[in-house]
Amino acid sequence: MSAGSRLENANPVIFQRSGERLLTASEEDEDVHDPIDDREIFDLIRSINDPEHPLSLEELNVVEQVRVKVNDAESTVSVEFTPTIPHCSMATLIGLSIKTDVHITPGTHASEEAVNKQLADKERVAAALENSSLLEVVNQCLSTRKI
Amino acid sequence: MAADTTTLVSLVEEFVSGLQDNKARDIATAVKDGKFTVLQLVEALGHSLTSSQPHTRARGVQLLSDVLQECYANLTEKEVTVLISFYENRLKDHYVVTPPVLHGLRALTKCTALPSGSAVSMLRSLFQDVHVQSLMLAERSCVYNMLINLMETRESELKGLGADFVFGFVQSMDGERDPRNLLLAFQIAKSIIHRGYDLGKFTEELFEVTSCYFPIDFTPPPSDPHGITKDELIQALRAVLTGTPKFAEFLLPLLIEKLDSDVQSAKLDSLQTLTSCVSQYEHKDLAEFLEGLWVSLRREVFQTPSEKIESAGLTALTALTSCLSRSVLNSESEDTLSTFLDLVLKDCKHHLCEPDLKLVWPSTKLLQAACGASNRASHIITAAVMPSLIEQYNNRTQCSHRRTLLEVIQRFIQSVKSSQPSESEETVFGAFRQSLCGIVFSALSETNSSLQIVATSVLTSLAQQAGLLLDSDVELAVDHLTRLLLTEEDDRVSLAVVECAGSLAELHPTVFITKLIPRLKTEIFAEPMEQDNNNREASELHSHHAMRQRCLSALAAISTQPSVVHESTPVILEVLSSAHTGSVIFTVEEVVLACHSLQRIAEHVEDTEESGQCFHGVVIPRMLSLALQAALQGEGSTGCHSPLAEEKVLTAMVPVISTSCSRLQPMLAAQTASKAVSLFLDADVSFLPNNSFPANIHLLKAHNVFQKQHEGSWTQSQMVCLLIGCVCSLPRNVEVPQIDHLLSQLEDMSCTCGHLLSYTSAAKCFAALVNKRSQGDSLDTVIQRTMKRVCGELDSTSSPVRLQAFTLMVWVAKALLLRYHPLSTTMTDKLFSLLDDAELGLMAAEGFSLLMSDSDDVLNRASHADVRIMYRQRFFSENSAKLVEGFNAAPQEKKANYLKALSNIVNKLPKEVQVTELPALLSLLLEALSCSDQGVQLSTLSCLEPVLIDPPPALIQQLEALVSRLLVLIGSSAMNVRIAALRCIRALSGFPAHEILPFRARVLRALAQPLDDKKRLVRSEAVQARGEWFLLGSPGGR
Repeated sequence: MSAGSRLENANPVIFQRSGERLLTASEEDEDVHDPIDDREIFDLIRSINDPEHPLSLEELNVVEQVRVKVNDAESTVSVEFTPTIPHCSMATLIGLSIKTDVHITPGTHASEEAVNKQLADKERVAAALENSSLLEVVNQCLSTRKI
Repeated sequence: MAADTTTLVSLVEEFVSGLQDNKARDIATAVKDGKFTVLQLVEALGHSLTSSQPHTRARGVQLLSDVLQECYANLTEKEVTVLISFYENRLKDHYVVTPPVLHGLRALTKCTALPSGSAVSMLRSLFQDVHVQSLMLAERSCVYNMLINLMETRESELKGLGADFVFGFVQSMDGERDPRNLLLAFQIAKSIIHRGYDLGKFTEELFEVTSCYFPIDFTPPPSDPHGITKDELIQALRAVLTGTPKFAEFLLPLLIEKLDSDVQSAKLDSLQTLTSCVSQYEHKDLAEFLEGLWVSLRREVFQTPSEKIESAGLTALTALTSCLSRSVLNSESEDTLSTFLDLVLKDCKHHLCEPDLKLVWPSTKLLQAACGASNRASHIITAAVMPSLIEQYNNRTQCSHRRTLLEVIQRFIQSVKSSQPSESEETVFGAFRQSLCGIVFSALSETNSSLQIVATSVLTSLAQQAGLLLDSDVELAVDHLTRLLLTEEDDRVSLAVVECAGSLAELHPTVFITKLIPRLKTEIFAEPMEQDNNNREASELHSHHAMRQRCLSALAAISTQPSVVHESTPVILEVLSSAHTGSVIFTVEEVVLACHSLQRIAEHVEDTEESGQCFHGVVIPRMLSLALQAALQGEGSTGCHSPLAEEKVLTAMVPVISTSCSRLQPMLAAQTASKAVSLFLDADVSFLPNNSFPANIHLLKAHNVFQKQHEGSWTQSQMVCLLIGCVCSLPRNVEVPQIDHLLSQLEDMSCTCGHLLSYTSAAKCFAALVNKRSQGDSLDTVIQRTMKRVCGELDSTSSPVRLQAFTLMVWVAKALLLRYHPLSTTMTDKLFSLLDDAELGLMAAEGFSLLMSDSDDVLNRASHADVRIMYRQRFFSENSAKLVEGFNAAPQEKKANYLKALSNIVNKLPKEVQVTELPALLSLLLEALSCSDQGVQLSTLSCLEPVLIDPPPALIQQLEALVSRLLVLIGSSAMNVRIAALRCIRALSGFPAHEILPFRARVLRALAQPLDDKKRLVRSEAVQARGEWFLLGSPGGR
């Protein structure tokens, strides 16, 4: 990441991080069952690192809480993500790092359908994760940032 | 004499042919003692020195050198001259002779009788006849040491050699590889540069021969006996490279090149070297490289993911700019500073116009780094950026943009703070004062809370610019702050406002005295409005309470100057007295808050005569008097309670008194203490204001447990906690009057009183006094008397005051333990024995936590207690064996107490000690993990977790046992235990990978269960732990 020319988008728009989730009394109560909600899933993916910036997906507004849909009763999760620029070549990689039922937010990427199709295809995802250099980048995205 | 000569000859013979090295020492001692002269030695050596065998000659020279090594100090000038010419001649000899010759020469360089001219001739022949880099390590080091010795003593002669000396040195060190020798070589090079040796035409050579090591990349071998670190080498080399402006033309391109490298440490080293070299340079040295340097610096700050490099880059930019600002301008040369700053502004300024993009912050940081470098630089930069920032702020409408802009402005104001202008010059922000104030005040009137918060910090920074704000600005600011204090509900905003008010009040106390304090006073005493609707009333009351809370904390925050304290404390005291009389209704929480505010003032006010007088003369007597009135009132009638008789309020009053006694004016504190003692012992109320008290005051006469209790009977006895404040935090040299009487009264009270707060306070007070009492018989008598009484009560299981006796014992044990008193062991042993007690066992285990932790009211350093360093380690190392023994001997149902005591002790130990002591205790701790008591599990887990982050080898051996126990605990029924166990498992993932990889599959499987836990907090810990374990051993992970 030493030369600026290699970055596709050197000066992206930065969004504010949301604070830590506030602790409620019911969460500390032993007997209450906490359902899985949008915010909980969002908390899981917001800290994923962008492949090319030292920034999280949340700060780049790639993922937003409103685009995370969770239905605890039916056990389904759906996440839409928004690439920072329409031609983002990292879109599939980001999708791999999130890896649930993932879609690109409609109308934000040039080859939206192709990317969605790749991400929905279980075999292609499995094959991609067998590629060790790809896996390495994905794992770097997932590592918690150490400063 | 003849006999002597023969001994000498035989000794020489044994050394040269017999190869007995220790003979050299014998001869050297003999020469030092004057038995032989060096001349005799040379004569005796004669044969071996002229032998046709090079090895014999070498051996002969070695003996001579070894002897010279020992007795170079005794040589005469004549001897030295002869020896030097001999050695110089020997340099031309066979190569096996060279090493001893060099050792001899090194010994001679240390000689004070060195004739003039000999240094030069020695070096000439050295440089001429020896190729240094083909010598062995020790001989190379010998050469460097010769140079160092000669440079110490013969500087002027060496300078006479001119550039030849530098050339000789360059040739000698060219190609050196050993770090030990490099340190010596760098030291020589540094002296050459710093002591002004003539570099002649060899400047570039000297630079080349040293700079080829830059950037240093050196990892010392494990178990390196020489202890040379990478950092030492870096510092030594940096001192050479940055030593002279003559290197500038070579060094700067090198730095630019290395900044381009991909290795982080090379970048960091280059930036730090740049920072240190520009302090020597002038603008003309830099001129031609400015553009290249700027491009590299900008790239690093714009793109680096590492904060270290970013801050190094910014420091380098500051250093560069201040170097350029330092240089004197003359008419023909161009102004390099403004040219350079133009460059910076050109690349950064336009990013400031895009407040939502990433590069706005790096650009701001760069501009600020340049801005803070010098007064001129800050004038140039602020003149260029401030108008556009102000204009943008006024044109933008989005709050997030405005906030970013305001933050940028705040950083600029702060960066200028470091470079204060001299009196005559105009302040940097003088021209923008009006518009900046306008922005701040408009932001304070916005509804967006984060905008308001940033505005308060801008206001603080503006106020800190000396002489910038006019009085009218400050007044307006105070108006805004007052408005926010009274109306703003958001906690974060009011916190920021209170903080801002605090720092402003320090600089402009009068405005706050005349405007803010009177206003706050009226608001605090205003009754909440009457409302018809009940619901409405509740919320009204709530907001009224919050408002009072903010006002009280603001009063505390602004009171740092004695003049402000003089005005603000009466307001708070009035709160207390109206709460007591009931003329204005205050809740108990509000009264407690008032006490906290007083405490904060006592902690932060400047310690002056005036503030001391205020607290010792007014605040403390007033509080004591109010508390006493409340106590007497509570005793008389059971119906109406003054809030000042509440335990909560009393405990909040204690730190006010103790802080003022420990911090403010020891003389006055002593008076306070003696007045308080006579109040408590003799019911002397003469110093209290409105002292119309009845005669039945008996503060230390406890109603004992046998008497019938009725409500309110403790109101007098619990006042003993105020005595703690008065007498326990005095500096140790202040005497407490009537101490023996006081101690026996306190002991009585703590052993007989049935009221928790009263007997605990009495015990604490007793302990604190014992801790400070000077060593001697009277102290021992007191302790032994108490000991006897306490043990008596504890040993009779039917005693109604066992709990009281136990409390007193634990506190006294702590007091004695802290000061290493020999009697402390009897106390702590008693505590150990109580672990088996049916009734007190659990409390005894908790008692260890009290022994080991810092208590916040008494027996701490703030209250001047006698606390020896490392008392915890000492206690632990003396007693851990007892604990283990007791555990093994204890019956099954009592083992939990021991484990609890252990984890209480280990928890409070410093981490270094935990790590070293762990091996001995590990089995016990593992046992504790499988103990069924959840409290024990939890405290053991919490003491394991920090140890796991940097695991000692003993733990790694027990990994199997540890992992399986932790995995059991993640299924515990208590969520706190599950969370703590998951944290420990997460910490385990940081162990050496080869040790934990075998457990990976098992841990991952076990962690699947808590991922679906019913508690969200458990799930989130499980996700993190499983994430770490998942990345273990996979590419890109760990």
